[in-house]
Formats: sequence, C-alpha cells, structure tokens
Amino acid sequence: MKESEKKAGSSQQRNHSAIVTGAEALLLSLIEEGVDTIFGYPGGAIMPVYDKLLDYGDRLNHILARHEQGAAHAAQAYAMVTGKTGVCFATSGPGATNLITGIANAFLDSIPLVFITAQVTSGLIGTDAFQETDILGISMPVTKWNAQVKKADEIPAIIARAFYIAGSGRPGPVLVDIAKDAQVDSLDFSYRKCTYIRSYNPVNALNMRDIRSAAVLINHAEKPLILAGHGIILSDAVKELKAFAEKTGIPVAVTLLGITAFDHSHRLFAGMVGMHGNYAPNVLTNSADLIIAIGMRFDDRVTGNLKKYAPDARVIHIEIDKAEINKNVRVDLEINNDAREVLTSLLPLVSEKTMEAWIREFRILDRIEDEKVIRPETTPGKDELRMGEVVKTVSQMTTDNTIVVTDVGQHQMAVARYFSFTEKNSLVTSGGMGTMGFGLPAALGAATGSAGRNVVAFIGDGGMQMTLQELGTIMQYRIPVKIVILNNSFLGMVRQWQEMFFNKRYASTEMVNPDFVKLASAYGIKALAVSDREELRPAVKTMLETEGPFILEAKVSKEANILPMVEPGASVADVTLTYK
Amino acid sequence: MRQEYTISLFTENNIGILSRITLILTRRQINIESITASESAVSGVQMLTMVVRTTPDMVDKVARQIEKLVDVIKVFVHTSSEIIYQEIALYKVTTKGLMSGSMIGDIVRKYHAKILEVTPEYIVVEKSGTRPEISELLSVLEPCGLLQFVSSGRVAVTRQVKELNAYLKEMDEAERIRRQELEIYN
Repeated sequence: MKESEKKAGSSQQRNHSAIVTGAEALLLSLIEEGVDTIFGYPGGAIMPVYDKLLDYGDRLNHILARHEQGAAHAAQAYAMVTGKTGVCFATSGPGATNLITGIANAFLDSIPLVFITAQVTSGLIGTDAFQETDILGISMPVTKWNAQVKKADEIPAIIARAFYIAGSGRPGPVLVDIAKDAQVDSLDFSYRKCTYIRSYNPVNALNMRDIRSAAVLINHAEKPLILAGHGIILSDAVKELKAFAEKTGIPVAVTLLGITAFDHSHRLFAGMVGMHGNYAPNVLTNSADLIIAIGMRFDDRVTGNLKKYAPDARVIHIEIDKAEINKNVRVDLEINNDAREVLTSLLPLVSEKTMEAWIREFRILDRIEDEKVIRPETTPGKDELRMGEVVKTVSQMTTDNTIVVTDVGQHQMAVARYFSFTEKNSLVTSGGMGTMGFGLPAALGAATGSAGRNVVAFIGDGGMQMTLQELGTIMQYRIPVKIVILNNSFLGMVRQWQEMFFNKRYASTEMVNPDFVKLASAYGIKALAVSDREELRPAVKTMLETEGPFILEAKVSKEANILPMVEPGASVADVTLTYK
Repeated sequence: MRQEYTISLFTENNIGILSRITLILTRRQINIESITASESAVSGVQMLTMVVRTTPDMVDKVARQIEKLVDVIKVFVHTSSEIIYQEIALYKVTTKGLMSGSMIGDIVRKYHAKILEVTPEYIVVEKSGTRPEISELLSVLEPCGLLQFVSSGRVAVTRQVKELNAYLKEMDEAERIRRQELEIYN
C-alpha cells in the first residue's frame, strides 16, 4: 500500500474522511443524501464525474436520457413518485440550457430536485469559453436556489445545502454548477447534512391563535368548501385531510395537482375545480360562505375571473409559502404553515357536523354534468372513439395504486376528469408550466421509481413528438411503461380554442403524424393501434398484460372539445357546459 | 394608488443576491428609483435600501417574494414618513454664478450645505437631507449655472433594525443549541 493511501485509509477510520477528487466527493455526497438514481447526459465538462460514476455503479444507478430536457422531466417524475429529491446531471453550455424547461416545470410545481451542471474550468468562466454559458444567471428565476462551485473542497457543504433547500419548506429545484477543475482537484472528504441556514426559514412555528380563529370560522360556516391542492400530497397530509373533512362534513374539491389528495369515490368528494374542472365545485365556489384553501395557490386556471371569484366567501388560506398568500386572492385568515401540522392541530377544535343540504346542492349539479358532459364523453356508444371513454376504460381496468402520467393538453384534462383516482394513485403531470413533451420522459422517470407499481402514461400526438427520442431510453433500460397515445391528429387544446375563440381558423394545429406502431417497432417496443370501440377493451387488456413497455395508439375523434369550460375572463360560476 | 416606498432588507453577503432581488422587481415592472448597499450592524449581514414607486398591494407582494429568497433574512417596507432617512447630493456650480448676491451665505446657513471645493471655475457644494430638501437646493442652484448634479441612494434607519438584531441573536442561539444537540446525538 502506498504511503498516501495508508494515510487516507487511516484518516477515514478516524475522522470518516478520505482524500478524493471533487467528482468523487460529489458522488459520495449524493450517496450520503440517500440518492440511488440519477438521470442525466454526459459531455465534455462533466466527464470527470461520469468517469467516477463507473466506480459507483453498484450504488448509483444512472439513466442515460436522450436529451437533457428528458432527463430533467424524468428526474422530476422520479421525485414525485418516490417522495425523494430527484437528481439530474448535465454538462456545461447546451447541456445546461437544455435543462431549463425541466427546471422551470419543477419550479412551478414545487418538486424537490438537485440539478448538477458542469462548468468550464474556473479560470475560463466569464470568457465565453467553448460550451460556457451563464447557467447561474439563466436559471436564477426558475430555481429555488443556485450556486457555483469553483473549489473542490466546497462540494460537500454546497451539496448538503442544495438538498436541504430543495426538500424543505415548499420544495423546489436547485442547481449547483461545478467547474471542471473543482471536479478534478482533491479534497479531504467528510460530510455533514445541512439542517439550518440562518437566512432561510422553511416552516414557521405554529400560531395557535390563528388555528383557533380558523376553527371558529369553520364551526360557524354553513356552506364551507375545502380546496385541496398539491400541498396536501407534498406534506403527506392525505389522512389528515380525510379525517378533517369527515369530522366537519365539509365537501372537498381538488386542484389538478391535488387530484389524489382525496378519494374520488368518497361521498364528500366535490370534484376538480378550474377551467376544465367539474361543474358543481366551480359553480358552488360562488355560493360558498367559507373557502378553506389548503396547499394550493389560487392559480388563474383555478379562479377564472378574480373579480367574480367567491364573492360571498371568507377565505382561510393554509399555505407553507407566504408569498402565495394574498398574491391572487385576498384572504381573511392566513395560516402560513405546513398543511399536515395545521390540519392535525385544527382537528380537535372543529365541531362534528353533517351538511346534507349543502352536499345535495353538489349532487344536483353533478347530475346535470353527468347527463350533459360525462355520459356523452365516456359512453358515446356510437361515432368515433372519445378521449374520455379511452381514459375511463383504462381507469376501470387498472389497479387503484397505478401511477398515471400525462402530457399537456386535451388528453391531460380528459385524464383529470375521467380517471377515477383514489388516494393510492399518483398523478404525474405538468401543472403550472403546462409543458408539452413532459409526458414521455416523465413516464420513464416515474417507472424507474415506481417500486413495482404500474405506470400508465396518456400522451397526445403533439406532445409525444416533442420528446419522442426518449423511446430510446425506454428501449435501452426496458422500462415497463404503458403508453396510451390519444391521437386526434390535432394540437387539440389549441384547436379547441381556435374553434371557440378564433372563428374556427385552424392555424398550424393539424398534424400529419407518423405511424406510431411502426415507430414503436423501430425501438423494439410492442404496440397496437385502435380506432374501433370493440377493439378498445381487448387492446387495453393486451397492453396491461404485456411484459415491458407497450404503446397503445387510440385514434380518437379529431374535433372533440373538453367541457365544461370556464372561458377566459369568465367567472367560475358561468361554466360553459355544452358548446355548439 | 402608487406611492413611494422604502424597502429595507437584510441579506447574507452572497454573490448574486442583488440579481435575484432585481429579477423579482423587473418581473412586476417596478422601477428602482434608488438603491444603496452596505454592511449592517450585524457582521456578515448586508443591508440594502431601495426606493420604489408602486401600489400598497404590489409592494406587499414583492416584499413577500423577496423575503422568500434563501439568502434574504428579513424585509421591511416603509412609507417615507415612517423612517428616518438621508440622501447625499453633490452640486457643481460655476463660481461666477454662485458668487453673485448672498447665495454662498444662504447655502450654508439656510440649506445647511457644505462647500467642498472652490476653484476659479467652479464650486462644489455638498448637502445631505431628504429627497425634497435636496430637490429644493437643486432648484435654487440651477439658475446659478449648474455644471453637474449627483445624488446618492437612501440610507435609512427604522425601529425594526433593533428588532433585526434581536432576531439574528435568537437565530444564532437556536443554531448553537442545535449544534450542541447534534454533537450529543453523534
């Protein structure tokens, strides 16, 4: 044994430290944070890290995407289904800039991710060197935090900080940019997790006075409505929400990202709110005398016209991010805290009630929506296949712990509306950003972290072709995702808007598409295409029973619309139920 | 209704923090009328004082968004009447223009300004005060042949500065206890 190795070995025993390169320190830091899966794409500046990755193959599983955007979305989906912080690697310059859509998407949807980008050698930073880009500056508006490392010995502390910030409070993506020389230079490695940053206060201490005020408002309300958002899932408050709703008898409406926060077959489930949400919760938002918003941010797609939103309601906003409170909707009581903590302390203070008359108002509107929209969409019985019936069929034929992934557009809304979610399902979708091309890479990321749960992805023909290259990743790693392409040969949502608001002038929305079945076969992926109603069930059965990945292309009605719709500028109470 | 606000904020002295703050203001199309950065009374903590014109609703929103930044410790928003502040201005005026009449005496006695430099061509006058006081002297000196005028951002003190010190001490104390616990645990 060489003298230096002896020294390193003995110091490792004594101080848990060892002399390693910056690249190795990065990987050791990730292992310390419990990381076992990384999505990424190599390149010049990050080569020292990838080289070390070969030595850590037994502990760190690297999934090579086909584009950095794909790696970013996959890492996000992985984080969403595992509840862990996702990790994504990219090289400098174009590698780093290709991540931006993925970072921004994770930022808007509050997903904890650590992005590692390589940077040119520190002496060259700022000189417009080959493959140099100011990724720190570019990513600043779409990261929770970012930092650049120029010295190898800074790596462990910065990575510790990155994981602490990404995963605490309102989660979000962070980016660490590591200069090439910092990857190569040596340091004495030791690791300590970060648990405190002086200027960063992820969660406040609970203010019991506010909790008591909330209880008073809740106990006196006659027509209260809970709006449950993504925060319920992020803070692991699904059980607490259920207990709270059942004790108070208050109906629960969900947002798109909060869709699995409450069982859809529960008698208190009021449906999804928002532009293409359900009829009853949208209309009755404006009859409610109290809105209890939990872990949601009153996005404009949820509120419609703010001036006409919930005019008769007092608003309690339970939200971990203070900057979201009073941002869109002025609230009467703000509780700037973690959803689970608040619900837990609120539960003993609220009275046990039932609200049959109020619930009946929802059921009456539900029946109208069912007759005018849901039944024609899910059981048309004649004419072409509808998106809704495909989604409903898959929903009926899958287990209730299935992970459902979507892209963005009409099919996404069809899934949100017609997939019957339980609390055991997960929905991986792009909410705030509405990123077309999210679906396919997200599906493979979700499947990588699924721990045996089935993954079904619904993707439109447009979004499918935005990140189609990730079929290569699915092929290489034999990732068992079931992909349902809802093909209407249109950019359907834009077409719907053109039909409704632009005099049916279909500017650049009609698509000439490839033969998706042949395409799948080029990647060695089994596939089927259906356009007849009778073929649908058998095809879904084949898809679900096939080992490994599968693509099912469903050719659906070309010019169908997603309804109901809160048209832009309209009040949530003025939902369009039928069109034409 | 738009009005003038002084946003005072305390940050860790980290690279890029000013960019992060201005990004938030830029997104909301809020112009920074003036900005001053300096060390605060607490070591390692930077103090930024910005003057902006916007609505009460908007200043509250951006203050919350700025405070959310990881490196920002605390943000305070004040209307100009709620703080004690000073700005400093330099006026370079032609000697000929200023020497006529009783102007020099007025400058020192009435406006509490200082003469910094006198040459045969120009005189440099310094004045610290509030924005209206500085503007007032500017309007007086303008007819005398003003060659240059420059004024600083704002330095301001508030009652909350004291609260910040207490707040920081509390945080440091909590951190000390946390570290002790961590060591015992390990």
